[in-house]
Amino acid sequence: MAASMNTKAKAEQVTVMRSQLGRVRGLGAARAGSHHWKAERLTAIALVPLTVWFVIAVLSHLGADQPAIARWAATPWNAALLLALVAMTFHHMHLGLQVVWEDYIHVSKRREAAILATRGACLLLGLMAAVAVLKLATASHI
Amino acid sequence: MPENAKPMNDIRDAQLVARGTDGRLVRRPVSPHIGIYRWPITMVASILNRATGIALSAGSLLLAWWLVAASAGPQDFAIVQGFIASPLGLLMLLGWTASLFYHLYGGIRHLVWDAGHGLAKASLNSVTWAVIALSLVSTAGVWVAGYMLTAGAQ
Repeated sequence: MAASMNTKAKAEQVTVMRSQLGRVRGLGAARAGSHHWKAERLTAIALVPLTVWFVIAVLSHLGADQPAIARWAATPWNAALLLALVAMTFHHMHLGLQVVWEDYIHVSKRREAAILATRGACLLLGLMAAVAVLKLATASHI
Repeated sequence: MPENAKPMNDIRDAQLVARGTDGRLVRRPVSPHIGIYRWPITMVASILNRATGIALSAGSLLLAWWLVAASAGPQDFAIVQGFIASPLGLLMLLGWTASLFYHLYGGIRHLVWDAGHGLAKASLNSVTWAVIALSLVSTAGVWVAGYMLTAGAQ
């Protein structure tokens, strides 16, 4: 039984002498070539009003204590904008830093490692900040 | 091989090898050769946009810490507020504000370019100077407003 499965698996393995380019030629673009560029700009556009809102919000809460900040962040509108700010900031940050690594790290393994590490760090930081916002938004003591 | 040269790992390195006036093999300078180049303002602005982006990435740690501390409670929030109010914290906040405004206005400039507008040489230079001036004015404006708001509260 095991032997027959083994031969079957071997029979299904077909070796074709075709280059990687030959395999994809004629299939059209993957439609993913401009994804990074577009995502970087779309997050930038979103960050323009979000940043202005955040600077004004911080200015109007200078010297405020924690309960005041918590009350402010607990408003659904403010919580939603804070979540959007966090998501767009950390997404834009990892897209931007990726370009920096691509420009200056010339050893491909190190470059890929740096990009993945940046992506992971941005994801974790963003999630942590988002959890903090949700915790403020759903706090019961207010 | 030029002195102190590393072995070639990349075929493109071959294009960088040339002979100097004394006949010795040298490594060509890479353009733009910033050591002998008169920096156009657009080049300064481009480098600043990247530098402020990296600075803002570091600043986002402060944003995350601030939010986490605010969600943790008054004691943790007092620690982060205390750090921000310290000389180092204020210096970081000043750098963050300046970087934020520069990256914001510079970013809008890039978005306008991406849409295909404002690429004539004259407008390139004037818009670039405007971005620098606007970010300085905005930074100063926010800090003056912040100082007046906190001075009024005390």
